Amino acid sequence: MAEKHLLEIKNLTIHYQTDYGTVHAVEGFNLEVGNGETLGLVGETGAGKTTTAFGIMQLLPEPAGKVVAGEIYFRGENLLGKSKTEMKKILGKQIAMIFQDPMTSLNPVMTVGAQIEEMIKLHEPGTKEEIKEKAKKMLEVVGIPAVRQDEYPHQFSGGMKQRVVIAIALSCNPMLLIADEPTTALDVTIQAQVLDLMKKLKDDFKTSMIMITHDLGVVAEICDKVAIMYGGKVVEYATKESLYTKPYHPYTVGLFNSIPDLDSEQDRLNVIDGLPPDPTDMPSGCSFHPRCPHKMPICSQKSPSKVVVGSEHHVYCYLYEQEGAL
Amino acid sequence: MNTVKQKKNKKKSIWLDVWRRLRKNKMAVGGLVIIILLFLTAIFADWIAPYSYESQDLLNMFQTPSFEHWFGTDEFGRDIFSRIVYGSRISLEVGFIAVGISLIIGGSIGAIAGYYGGRLENLLMRCMDVLLAIPEILLAIAIVAALGPSIANLMIAVGISSIPGYARLVRASVMSIREQEFIEAARAAGSSDFRIIVKHILPNCMAPIIVQATIGVAIAILTAAGLSFIGLGIQPPTPEWGSMLSGGRSYIRDYPHMTLFPGIAMMVTILALNLLGDGLRDALDPKLKN
Repeated sequence: MAEKHLLEIKNLTIHYQTDYGTVHAVEGFNLEVGNGETLGLVGETGAGKTTTAFGIMQLLPEPAGKVVAGEIYFRGENLLGKSKTEMKKILGKQIAMIFQDPMTSLNPVMTVGAQIEEMIKLHEPGTKEEIKEKAKKMLEVVGIPAVRQDEYPHQFSGGMKQRVVIAIALSCNPMLLIADEPTTALDVTIQAQVLDLMKKLKDDFKTSMIMITHDLGVVAEICDKVAIMYGGKVVEYATKESLYTKPYHPYTVGLFNSIPDLDSEQDRLNVIDGLPPDPTDMPSGCSFHPRCPHKMPICSQKSPSKVVVGSEHHVYCYLYEQEGAL
Repeated sequence: MNTVKQKKNKKKSIWLDVWRRLRKNKMAVGGLVIIILLFLTAIFADWIAPYSYESQDLLNMFQTPSFEHWFGTDEFGRDIFSRIVYGSRISLEVGFIAVGISLIIGGSIGAIAGYYGGRLENLLMRCMDVLLAIPEILLAIAIVAALGPSIANLMIAVGISSIPGYARLVRASVMSIREQEFIEAARAAGSSDFRIIVKHILPNCMAPIIVQATIGVAIAILTAAGLSFIGLGIQPPTPEWGSMLSGGRSYIRDYPHMTLFPGIAMMVTILALNLLGDGLRDALDPKLKN
C-alpha cells in the first residue's frame, strides 16, 4: 500500500436490496484522499455521495445496504475486513462525521457539553474533570463560550448547533473528517462562517476531509481536490484549480454552465437536459450517455475507462480516449 | 432585574419546562397533591393512625363513624380509619413496585425489539402477543394461584400481567427515535448499541413512558385490590383496601360504612393518579409547547 494516501477506495460497489429491485447506489467507485487534503465530493441528489460516506464507515442501513465489491484502505488497512468492534474504535476516534442537518443531529435531551463529553469518554477515557475541561475547550475552539455547555440544543441557533456538531466531531482529533453537506441546512451568511471555521480547524487539527456537497461554490471555498460523481461513479477527478480552469467531462461542463453568470443578463438558467438516472435501472455503458450532448455509439455499450488529461486530473469519458491524452 | 431573571430562566432544563406547564393544569396539580399526601400518610402511618390496625375491640363492633372512630369500626371492632391509613402502604407499594417490574422487563423487551428489529423483534413481540391474548386479570389470577397468595407474589402477578403493554409502548417509541439523525451520529461516533439505547434513545422516549406508568400505577392498584377482593391477594389481618371491601361486603345492608370508606380511599387514589397522568400527557406533549 502506498502510504501517501490516507484513504484509498478501490472499485467500491454498494447495492441496496429493496422491494422494487436492486438499487445500484455506488458502482465501481475509485478515490484517493491524501494526508491533510480536502476532497470535495460533488454530485446531484441521489448520485451516491452519502452512501459512499456510510460505506466508508460501514454504517449502511442493514439489512438492505450491502457492499458488494471493492476495498477501502484507511491508513493501509482494509476497513471492509474489520469487525464491528474494531470499527467502533475507529469511528469517532479516527474517522468522524459531520451531518447535514444540525437541527436533528444533536440529541435534544442532552446538554451540548454532555454530548461533547460523550464522544471524548468513548475514545479518550480520563477523569471526569479532564473530560469536562476538554469539552469546554472544544466549545471555545468552535467559538462558543464555555459557559453555555449546560444548555440544550434547542437553546442554540442553527449555525451554533453546527458549530457544536463540529466540536463533537473534532474532539478526539480524527485523521479523517467526513462532512455530509454541512452547510446545506444553513443560510448563506452562516454558511460562510461555518466554512471558514471548518477551514481553519482543519488546518489547526491537520485533518483530512471529505466534503460532500452539491455546491460548487463551497468546493471553491474549501477543497483542494474535487471528485465529480454521477450515477454512483466518479466521472472526473482533479485539483480544484485544474477543474475550475478546464472541466473535461460533459457532465462537469454542464454543472459549470448551470451556474448563473453575474455579469451577463440572463433570463433562464442553463440546465442539463434530462433527469438523473433511475438507480434501479442504470443506463448501460457510461451512465451519463442519455443526457450527454456529445454522445457516441460506444457510450451506451461499454463503460469508459480512466483517461489522464493532466497532472492529478483524470476523467472517465470516450471523448478524450479517442483523441488520446490531451 | 428583569434581565437577570430571564437569564436564570434560560438555563432551565426540559423537566423544569414540563413542571411549568403542569403547574398550569389545576386538576393535575390536585392529583399530585393527593398523591403526595398519600405517600406521607403511608410513611407516617404509625403516627397518623390512632389505633393499631389489628387490635380488636369486641365491645365496639360495627360502630358507625364517631369522634372516637372517624370511619367507624368493623366486625371485629377494628378502627377502619387506622386500617385505611395502613392500607395505603400496601396499595402504594403494590402499585409502584408492580409497575416497576413490568416497566423494567417490558421496557427492556420493547427497547431490544424496537432497536434491533428483524427476527429478534418478531420473536419477542409474538411472545408479548401471546401474553396479550390472555385477559390481564385472568393472567394475574393464574399467576397468584400458582405462586400462592402473598404481597410479593401479588406484585409479581400484577407486574407480569401488564408487561406486554409496556413492551409495545417502548418498542413503538424506540422505533420512532431510532431513525433520527442523532442516533446515526452516535453510531458514527463509535457508540455501542447498549450505550445508544440507554443514553440516547430511552431518555428521548421518557414522555409516553411516564404517562403510561402513572396511569399504570392506578390500574395495578385496582388489579391488586380486585385480587384481594376475591381472596387471592393480601391475607387478613393485613389491611388492604380490596380485602376490606370484600370483608365488608356481607354487612353492606346494615353497615355500609365498612365498604364505603375503603371504596372512597381507592377511588380518590385512582382518580388522583389518572388526573396526574392526563396532566403529564399534556405537559410532556411537545406540540403543545408555548
